[in-house]
Amino acid sequence: MDHIRNFSIIAHIDHGKSTLADRLIQATGLVEDRDFRDQILDTMDIERERGITIKSQAVTLPYVDKKGRSFELNLIDTPGHVDFSYEVSRALASCEGVLLLVDAAQGVEAQTVANAYAAMEHDLEIIPVINKIDLPSADIERVKEEIEIDLGLDSDQAILCSAKEGIGIEDVLEAIVKEIPPPSGATDGPLQALIFDAHYDPFRGTIVSCRLFAGTVRAGDRIRLMHNRAVYKVEEVGLFRLNREPKKDLSAGEVGYIISGIKTVSDVRIGDTITLDNDPAPVPLPGFKEVKPVVFASIYPVASDDYRSLADSLEKYKLNDAALVFQKDSSAALGLGFRCGFLGLLHLEIVQERLEREYDQSIIMTSPTVQYRFVLSNGEEVTVDNPVYYPDPTAIVKGMEPYIRASIMIPERYMGAVMDLCLERRGVNAQFNYPTPGRIEIRFDMPLADVIYDFYDSLKTVTQGYGSFDYELLDYRESDLVKLDILLNGERVDALSQIVFRESARPRALHACEKLKEEIPRHMFKIAVQGAIGGMVIARSTISPFRKDVTAKCYGGDITRKRKLLEKQKKGKKRMKMVGSVAIPQSAFVAVLKTDKDS
Amino acid sequence: MSPGLYVHVPFCRSKCPYCAFYSVPSAAPVPIWFEGIQKEVLLYKGRFDRFDSLYLGGGTPTFLDNRTLSGLVDHLFTHFDFAADTEFTIEANPCDLSGEKVRLLKDLGCNRINLGVQSFNEDTLSFLGRGHTGEEAREALTRLRSVGFDNVGVDLIYGLPGQALEEWLETLRCALSFQPEHISCYELTLEKGTAFGTLREKGNIRPMNEEDGRSCFLAASRLLRGAGYIHYEVSNYARTEAHCSRHNCKYWEHVPYLGLGPSAHSFDGKDRWWNVRSIRRYAGLLNTGLPPVEGRETLTEEQMRLESLALGFRTRQGVDLRFIAPDAQSMAALSRMEEAGLVNILDGRVIPTEEGFLVADQLPLYFS
Ligand SMILES: Nc1nc2c(ncn2[C@@H]2O[C@H](COP(=O)(O)OP(=O)(O)O)[C@@H](O)[C@H]2O)c(=O)[nH]1
Repeated sequence: MDHIRNFSIIAHIDHGKSTLADRLIQATGLVEDRDFRDQILDTMDIERERGITIKSQAVTLPYVDKKGRSFELNLIDTPGHVDFSYEVSRALASCEGVLLLVDAAQGVEAQTVANAYAAMEHDLEIIPVINKIDLPSADIERVKEEIEIDLGLDSDQAILCSAKEGIGIEDVLEAIVKEIPPPSGATDGPLQALIFDAHYDPFRGTIVSCRLFAGTVRAGDRIRLMHNRAVYKVEEVGLFRLNREPKKDLSAGEVGYIISGIKTVSDVRIGDTITLDNDPAPVPLPGFKEVKPVVFASIYPVASDDYRSLADSLEKYKLNDAALVFQKDSSAALGLGFRCGFLGLLHLEIVQERLEREYDQSIIMTSPTVQYRFVLSNGEEVTVDNPVYYPDPTAIVKGMEPYIRASIMIPERYMGAVMDLCLERRGVNAQFNYPTPGRIEIRFDMPLADVIYDFYDSLKTVTQGYGSFDYELLDYRESDLVKLDILLNGERVDALSQIVFRESARPRALHACEKLKEEIPRHMFKIAVQGAIGGMVIARSTISPFRKDVTAKCYGGDITRKRKLLEKQKKGKKRMKMVGSVAIPQSAFVAVLKTDKDS
Repeated sequence: MSPGLYVHVPFCRSKCPYCAFYSVPSAAPVPIWFEGIQKEVLLYKGRFDRFDSLYLGGGTPTFLDNRTLSGLVDHLFTHFDFAADTEFTIEANPCDLSGEKVRLLKDLGCNRINLGVQSFNEDTLSFLGRGHTGEEAREALTRLRSVGFDNVGVDLIYGLPGQALEEWLETLRCALSFQPEHISCYELTLEKGTAFGTLREKGNIRPMNEEDGRSCFLAASRLLRGAGYIHYEVSNYARTEAHCSRHNCKYWEHVPYLGLGPSAHSFDGKDRWWNVRSIRRYAGLLNTGLPPVEGRETLTEEQMRLESLALGFRTRQGVDLRFIAPDAQSMAALSRMEEAGLVNILDGRVIPTEEGFLVADQLPLYFS
């Protein structure tokens, strides 16, 4: 086991995590340079574009150190967003150490801090690595100071490198071997393997990524998933090289995969422990948590004919994303669709984007909402996660909404701005901690509804990217809730209805009216946009009609051109949703949900 | 209806900064172009029915030397069949219309002149890069009348950045004083690929705003209709029914036309094809015996229908109701348009109003 090292790279976005991972992969000769596809760990387009890793993956690097000893270095990639904080914690739980990557020009930033604390919580060895030293604006001394002061780490240890130029890569590898302790655990005890990721392979079914803490597993074994006691026969175990590399067995300390006839990713739970059916471990590894959806929204096909195809796509998508839940739904404005549950707003956006890009679906997503509870006059309590089922207001005795405990870490100078933001989002019960001088941790109880309404983006804006944010669900609290409807030329668009806190209704309604005015293209007639509670209009805007739209000349060559343009416009219009005679583009449904703090 | 024949003469004294038609500011390639035209005529000989309109456009056909111009007309009349009452239009530039040229046009059998006046205001003319003055335009018009041209069209442009409505109306009034049989009023478009288009991309010039554009359009229409003209297409007015451009109407009503010369478009009732733009490639292809065609499309029924909507809403003929699907959405759109005063429904046709003309590009989008 002495020849194994399990580690992650943690960093603020853009500090060079993917670039460094590529360099390590190259340096250890896992791939020929000419085969090298940039940034191998991030395989999905969206991850690459957004610069975040959504699903963790792992790769085993063969490495021979300066003294000629051979090692297996397991690099476990971590996702970088609070929606996936549980996945991050499981990835970290699989490691003994981390490389804490800091940009030499940017210095320590919010995620650097949050990640460092997460690593400390797991008692991991932390190796600070200062990257991008090739930049003219690199300020190594300042960054070292920040590492000392903000993180309380020993900066003399910090390794200087440039992932881009390939400088200092050898030092990083040596440090991994020297500083990070080898895993420990008995290879002959009962099996305990931590599941930190799972993904779907169309040929092999679910591939489980795990870290073995005790025991050994090999093909033919009968394994048991401890949380649901499901038993499967192991078909293959192995290591993650660039592709999967089968191996006779996996044993304590190692990181690898297990293929065992598990049909879909949703049959496994990240954080669960795998053991052997005939020799089970007495207890699972600590920290297992069932992740539950907290944000709900409906998805509709733009063209109602595409409902079947959307259903198929969701089924396929689900194979790879256990966190998504969905069931049938229908709307007067949008027809048949699905009500879906997500881990958070980013998760929601990712699902939306992947359905559109990878599955070629044109969809409309309604306003995300949390799960509300209402006590009715007949004593019944109902749970509502869809505004359509908002109860008859005269029958409501009391409404309740979920609260979270938000924990926000920021440099002290942003305290005022963040306090304002939290209070505006109905934060209560503030508490303050000072983990290191100059830094402050603010804790607030806040309604989840106000957090999913663009809180994270607003926080990033007011803290210029220096705010990190995490939350846990607390409880349900009483709240004065109303249903806000949006009407276009007098017709209610049910898909735009929202359940909101009474005092937020007017600003929300104004916002929705303004956004719809921006997003709905002009028509040839006037469109009245209204926000209303019950029958009472509380906000309005008007979309003025086209006053002039006509090409001056239309002769020989212009006709084909004109028709092609029309065909394109008509196609664009097909992608819009008709409510009465108003065509609403998808972007309008999205825009209504977004605040515009950043514009 | 009989087909029309168009010949593209891609030469100009100089390039106007707003014009997107293919032309070169030089007479040097005229001989190879002319050789090409002669060959192309032979390619299509016998393939179209008797024409009843001939349109020499450009570019500037009057920029051609007299020998080429007569040679061209001779060649066309030798190899193609024309109806006795053929409408024979030549586009002309005021500065080319010497007394001699005007007589030549008459001798060639041309019975309709479309004069590129654009404006009678000197500032506007120089902004548009026109090589003539308002006075020269007036002289050209007088000369045309004196030789007996009784079907004269005048092209005008409005919608220059910052142009005052009154200035536009003055140009119109001046045009009216010659009682032209036909008037085209084109709003200036800053098209990609033109000098103005480039200026626009750089942000140095902006199109007239929507409201001012409307005012100019509506004021022109009011003035001209008041003077007895028929507003028969978005940008076109005729003094009488008979003076509507027979040739141009073919483009709008899916009547076949043959276009000869670089960049010209043709339509035979089902297929549309268009020639290569460069004179050199045009001549080169013809030299090897190939048709100088750049692209071709066969219109599907659906495409024909869409075009019928797009074109129909631009003309006083309007759209035949049978081109509008009788589904709920289209019917709702139709009644909304009628309510909004954009169209009238008359004898099975949807006829755009003046307000309808103004949004003619929008109207087809509302029908499935
Ligand atoms: N100058 C310089 N740029 C780097 C270095 N490492 C990464 N970058 C650049 O920084 C950007 C972000 O890098 P990436 O690896 O995608 O960051 P990630 O978001 O942490 O995965 C990219 O444009 C990289 O090319 C470095 O050592 N020097």
